[in-house]
Amino acid sequence: MRKAIFLTAIFLIAACALPFLVSNYRVFQFTLVLVYAIALLGLNILTGYSGQISLGHGAFYALGAYVTAILMDKAGLPYWATVPAAGAVCLLAGFLFGLPALRLEGLYLALATFALGVSMPQLLKYHHLEKWTGGVQGIVIAKPDAPFGLPLNSDRWLYFFTLAVALIMFLLAWNLLRGRVGRALVAIRDQHIAAEAMGVNGALYKSAAFGVSAMYTGVAGALGAIAVQFVAPDSFNIFLSITLLVGIVVGGLASISGALYGALFIQFVPNIADEISKAAPWAIFGVFMIAFVYLMPTGVAGAIRLLSVKRRSP
Amino acid sequence: MKRSILFLAISLGLSLPAAAQKKYDAGASDKEIKIGNTNPYSGPASAYGTIGKSIAAYFKMVNEQGGINGRKVNFITYDDSYSPPKTVEMARKLVEQDEVLFVFQTLGTPSNTAIHQYMNMKKVPQMHVATGATKWNDPKEHPWTMGWQPSYQAEAKIYAQHILKTKPNAKIAVLYQNDDYGKDYLKGFHDGLGDKKGMIVKEVSYEVSDPTVDSQIVQLQASGADVFFNITTPKFAAMAIRKAYDIGWKPTQYLNNVSIGIKSTLEPAGLEKSVGLITLGYLKEPTDKQFEKDAAIVKWREFMKKYYPEGSQIDNLNLYGYSVGETIAQVLRQCGDNLTRENVMKQAASMRGFRVETLLPGVVINTSSDDFAPIEAGQLQRFDGKEWVRFGEVVGK
Repeated sequence: MRKAIFLTAIFLIAACALPFLVSNYRVFQFTLVLVYAIALLGLNILTGYSGQISLGHGAFYALGAYVTAILMDKAGLPYWATVPAAGAVCLLAGFLFGLPALRLEGLYLALATFALGVSMPQLLKYHHLEKWTGGVQGIVIAKPDAPFGLPLNSDRWLYFFTLAVALIMFLLAWNLLRGRVGRALVAIRDQHIAAEAMGVNGALYKSAAFGVSAMYTGVAGALGAIAVQFVAPDSFNIFLSITLLVGIVVGGLASISGALYGALFIQFVPNIADEISKAAPWAIFGVFMIAFVYLMPTGVAGAIRLLSVKRRSP
Repeated sequence: MKRSILFLAISLGLSLPAAAQKKYDAGASDKEIKIGNTNPYSGPASAYGTIGKSIAAYFKMVNEQGGINGRKVNFITYDDSYSPPKTVEMARKLVEQDEVLFVFQTLGTPSNTAIHQYMNMKKVPQMHVATGATKWNDPKEHPWTMGWQPSYQAEAKIYAQHILKTKPNAKIAVLYQNDDYGKDYLKGFHDGLGDKKGMIVKEVSYEVSDPTVDSQIVQLQASGADVFFNITTPKFAAMAIRKAYDIGWKPTQYLNNVSIGIKSTLEPAGLEKSVGLITLGYLKEPTDKQFEKDAAIVKWREFMKKYYPEGSQIDNLNLYGYSVGETIAQVLRQCGDNLTRENVMKQAASMRGFRVETLLPGVVINTSSDDFAPIEAGQLQRFDGKEWVRFGEVVGK
């Protein structure tokens, strides 16, 4: 326990020092890593802990991004106020989507969520919503500056803002998952009949997990929109959903720290792949993915856990 | 004569000291000019990635031939998979980390929209973007952004005017792709018809994900229209042309320039079924027989063979890449030793009657400080079963 606190403290110091050590462009990239980490954490609550596969979380990411963009652009709300709003909208949307989707299990749920992910870009282009969504042209939003005259440029400020939100979200998830709720979710995943016999309300927990998971992803979408300063339907195609799934598997299923490793993977590995080969960047990406899954079958988080166990018992 | 020599001498005298003074912004030096680019090498629009590859090949050729004013071009291109957030990331990498002099031919309307503000805020030229949207010609609000190809709206307006002139009582049917590209054409077409918009009796759209457009064509035929404006990408254009012919619908057909390729659109549709199609051309079509011995096309084929052998010679996107390369090379030649971002923009905005030989005869590039639309002209052409036959005059500016 003491060691965990020690490691967390080191991580925090490193995370705070980072933006002063690298260029603004890298700071922007690390902001995106934090954004993806929140989204992956959300998906991990659903897929890793409660065992429901979602191929459509990009849709909630998009929803969060659009809530923020529309509130900033049309209602003139400050950026920080739009983040909780995006979370709330996605919580509700996720819960409502979770209710009927609950009746579907395994692959069928995957297909239902896939449908959601595929249709999202087209819904965003829908003619009658164009007044708000800007249609295919999307919405351009302004970049926030540091408040209270803090001596930070906008990239660094945004990084710290995102870091703060990410910390809150991680703390919430840690609190949620290590206690009763976490145990109930894992029980449903592993043996849902036994779980029900123990008095766990499967239906309620599953939709709640769906809602909370969507909320995390929505918050990530909101932060992503602020960082990128632009939303458009083409930003949120089905590939985003699949990338998120790749992230949690590579990072480590049912692991909180895995979200961070997964985020680093989906942010940087495609860039490395592109630098290796322009002709077939995704083939290179595939090689990386297979290598990771083959060498670390329980994800990066699992591999690290295994290593530390081995070191303790020689 | 004497006076003009005197004038020449004075102007040379005045310009010499300025020329001798070398001026550089980030990305330029005595040895090198760094140019950045994003292209979709992967993802749904990866067919366009060949543009980035052909531009890279073009600069390889330029460098082998000694570069531009003695400087080699370092063309840095990244994959953005046609995803706007990725474009933002890559554009920032190009500007802040690689420190390019400017970005060039970034591809896609949503991707360029995503970096529009950023580039203008940073005052780094967003040069000759690869999209036909109209908004890139806006020197007042966005003085660091410039397009290249004729805008979709301008093209559609030319069709509308041609219809008004030749068939004032036409009943028009329109098929368009339901996205920014399709809607941009449609808007230009409406604007071109003006108060005669009522001539359009039916408008039907399709999604890129649709398997066919058969039912749309049947609907359009049922509207009784005798003119058909076909706003579709090659695959759908071929299906639409064939279906209309097969069900015996024989309207006057206007086909957007996007699908002008004989090998990519008209052969799949059936050459005999494509007779009579009207379109607006601005580039020479590499698969058109009339250009088989054309000097510029022959030169382009040699370029392809030597520098981009894996690229397809029937894909007009590769000719497009070569042609934009010719344009930017001219801009850089004009810049001389003053390679500042401001001067790049200034030179790009002061091209008068510049000819890229792969453009159709009579089409020239004109820009000025309040006209950031390099190519605004084209010529109507009709397909005769073998090749595009140009008719009328070069229209547009």
